[in-house]
Amino acid sequence: MSCNANRLRALALYKELHRLGRDYPDPSYDFHGKLRQMFEKNKNLTDEEDIQKAFKLGEYIKNETLALYSLRKYRHLKRAYPSAQLTSMR
Amino acid sequence: MRPSSACLLNILVPVKRAVDYAVKIRVNPQQTGIDLNVKHSMNPFDEIAVEEAVRLRERLKEKVKSIKVVTIGPAKSAETLRTALAMGADSAIHIEIPDSAPSPEPLGVAKALRAVIDRQSEDVDLVILGKQAIDDDSGQTGQMLAGLMGWAQATFASKLEIDTEKKVANVTREIDGGLEVLRCKLPLIVTTDLRLNEPRYASLPNIMKAKKKPIEKLSAEDLGVDLRPRLETLKVTEPPKRVGGGKVDTVDELVAKLAEAGITGVKA
Repeated sequence: MSCNANRLRALALYKELHRLGRDYPDPSYDFHGKLRQMFEKNKNLTDEEDIQKAFKLGEYIKNETLALYSLRKYRHLKRAYPSAQLTSMR
Repeated sequence: MRPSSACLLNILVPVKRAVDYAVKIRVNPQQTGIDLNVKHSMNPFDEIAVEEAVRLRERLKEKVKSIKVVTIGPAKSAETLRTALAMGADSAIHIEIPDSAPSPEPLGVAKALRAVIDRQSEDVDLVILGKQAIDDDSGQTGQMLAGLMGWAQATFASKLEIDTEKKVANVTREIDGGLEVLRCKLPLIVTTDLRLNEPRYASLPNIMKAKKKPIEKLSAEDLGVDLRPRLETLKVTEPPKRVGGGKVDTVDELVAKLAEAGITGVKA
């Protein structure tokens, strides 16, 4: 059990992405499968620069997924509850 | 009800566990309601309310003394409270009702909220609610609560500014034809419009921290409130299926089809 900072960071990132993946809107996209593949592919990296690049990619995917969810929700709500100005027949 | 002294705000945010926005709604076989065996999550307008309370604390810092969230619902509603706690609320109150009990109506909710506010040892200054729930679209709870408490209300808020020194709030409202700015004295009820803010995502570390935050459990009897529905839903049906349109090739054909439908021209 090494208290390696990178190891903890990788674990936190994996857990966060896993939890995010539960709400993925497209059932045919294997989010969890791809997540596992990506992490397993990079598990033996030793070069610090490569490790940081991999983390950046993981965090980028996390932000992109979050943006996808919030945009989808906002668009749905905006269509369902249009602004009062748009609905008034003037 | 006098607001708390020393310019410190106590904010109450009622939230509702409603059918998730992405779910395809289906009418149940008995035609008395919708299929509730689906994914539920916090009402999006309530997420906006919680976010606004947290942003108020970020802006006003120590002037916001406490942010409490409250919900009325079955045991599963505790998850909704945990989400709100993960977004930044301090503590929660869960008014638990049996799983088989019908969803409380806005008037019942407003009366329960009034009882909760009266029970608080420190006066509540601001109640922020979602303007409507996406499952019943009543849009009444905030207004009813304001009426019951005799407090000022600012509904469909798209911007909220609080002056804690003067105990006054400037609220920008979305109305037909534009925006309206109201100056309201605290204590105040605010209901949130979609455009108030963009709620944050509750990250995993915050969700873990939220597990330690307190949730007080109450029942309707504790509050002395009757949550039985006063309305009876007679029937729920789906809207009629859309009939396909037809294409025409010439203007004459179009005129003929319109005549068939009983629409005749008007002499200019």
